[in-house]
Amino acid sequence: MQIDLTVNGKRASLDVEPRLLLAHALRDSLNLTGTHIGCDTSSCGACTVLLDGVSVKSCTVFAVQAAGQEVTTIEGIGNADSLHAMQEAFWSSHGLQCGYCTTGMIVSAVDLLRRNPDPSDDEIRSGLEGNLCRCTGYENIVKSVRAAAKAMRDGTDRHSVRELMPLHPPAVDPPPSGEGIIPKQFQEANA
Amino acid sequence: MIPAAFEYKRANSVDEALRLLGEHGEDAKLLAGGHSLIPMMKLRLAAPAMLIDIAGIPNLDQIDAASDPLTIGALTKHAKLAASDELQKKAPALWDAANDLGDPQVRNRGTIGGASAHGDPSADYPAVLQALDATFTLAGKNGTRELKAAEFFRGMFETALGANELLTKISFAAAPKSAYVKFHHPASHYAVVGVAVALTIDGGAIESARVAITGVGDVAFRAAGVEAALKGVKTNDADGLAAACAGAASGVQARSDTFASASYRTAMADVFAARAVAQAAAR
Ligand SMILES: Cc1cc2nc3c(=O)[nH]c(=O)nc-3n(C[C@H](O)[C@H](O)[C@H](O)COP(=O)(O)OP(=O)(O)OC[C@H]3O[C@@H](n4cnc5c(N)ncnc54)[C@H](O)[C@@H]3O)c2cc1C
Ligand code: FES
Ligand code: FES
Repeated sequence: MQIDLTVNGKRASLDVEPRLLLAHALRDSLNLTGTHIGCDTSSCGACTVLLDGVSVKSCTVFAVQAAGQEVTTIEGIGNADSLHAMQEAFWSSHGLQCGYCTTGMIVSAVDLLRRNPDPSDDEIRSGLEGNLCRCTGYENIVKSVRAAAKAMRDGTDRHSVRELMPLHPPAVDPPPSGEGIIPKQFQEANA
Repeated sequence: MIPAAFEYKRANSVDEALRLLGEHGEDAKLLAGGHSLIPMMKLRLAAPAMLIDIAGIPNLDQIDAASDPLTIGALTKHAKLAASDELQKKAPALWDAANDLGDPQVRNRGTIGGASAHGDPSADYPAVLQALDATFTLAGKNGTRELKAAEFFRGMFETALGANELLTKISFAAAPKSAYVKFHHPASHYAVVGVAVALTIDGGAIESARVAITGVGDVAFRAAGVEAALKGVKTNDADGLAAACAGAASGVQARSDTFASASYRTAMADVFAARAVAQAAAR
């Protein structure tokens, strides 16, 4: 089935089987691997994306249901040259350890602040109820969301990774899209 | 997990959905928010040959809280119910349930019609809609019919919906002194025990009560004994209210699972009934 949708502001045209889940369409057809699949049973929220601006679990939406709609993934929230305040806050407040839950957590937190720009700690916890983290114990996640909410209210968001770490530029530049997630030098080393 | 293959069609009107259902019969299923059906399809507990997506049918996702009775379109999402100030004032039991259902992402997709049609024994709305004595409007190829909530919910995953029918709306009279309180499963948020109460109060005493309980048996039920015992009890008599809630689930075959035994569910029915009554009376 042919479907058209907008992903991170760009039109995408896909030929999909109706049973293809949105999470798989994003990861496998569009190479947007920032959307993670954790439980695959609608529970963990690792696969959270925005659909027409509201948070949904993309493992529980068929790609065909999203036809004609707008999808925003973590890649559309911000990138290394222009971090979203939420991404920066998760970094500076240590809101992640392994990072597996983090992309979904950030998308949900962005949706939470859209509804409630100044949430209390309790409101942050209940607003992120659909996202599970097995590492952090949540405390620093709450701290990160609080910091992001403040930055967004104060208008101090959007920095680049290089600005935040001027003395420690990333050792490996991210691969150009389409090349896969294994940087070239490692691919060659393994060959 | 990959569901079995199926054909997908979007219906743009109730008539179109009914026509497609008529053509494809038992092989077809309606798809609203997909938050019960898709998980079941992924586990291959359901494998419909065709899905008829009704999510885009216009005008079925409205809350009309100004009318009496209040009317709610079947495609209204949980999140919209949870955000409705009018609903909070006029039928707080339903507002409570919508706010405490699942998690934000689930509330952003799931609909009241789908949650009702699914007939899950641990779902919240079956109790709330019985306590509100709601009326369900079902559309079929020969027109529409109306059913009361108590007739609609029949058993475990079983409702009065015919295979070729579509639930279009749910309506009920305002019940400002109503509440829904649940003990939710810590992982899924479904009701282990959930109690909905709608009261009328006269001169500081309960004049009438409707009490419905979900999560305990195969299907949500009205607790007739508690309803009768609550009559005439003063709303400031906490012990009297709690005493009236004793035996809330008596006569009901309670379910047992790894999380809660039948006797635990039965005991919690009394506790949560008392809490729901207190909360409704305080409103
Ligand atoms: C992680 C998670 C947590 C949840 N927690 C809770 C909870 O705490 N409490 C709770 O009550 N529920 C909970 N749910 C279920 C949720 O409420 C679902 O949204 C709901 O049960 C189904 O609604 P839907 O619109 O998604 O329906 P769908 O999944 O699209 O459909 C469900 C069934 O209803 C039929 N159907 C749908 N709409 C109609 C209609 N208008 N007319 C006739 N038939 C129709 C479909 O054919 C299908 O058989 C949870 C779900 C998930 C995934
Ligand atoms: S992968 Fe979608 S909710 Fe866990
Ligand atoms: S940081 Fe590891 S799961 Fe959350």
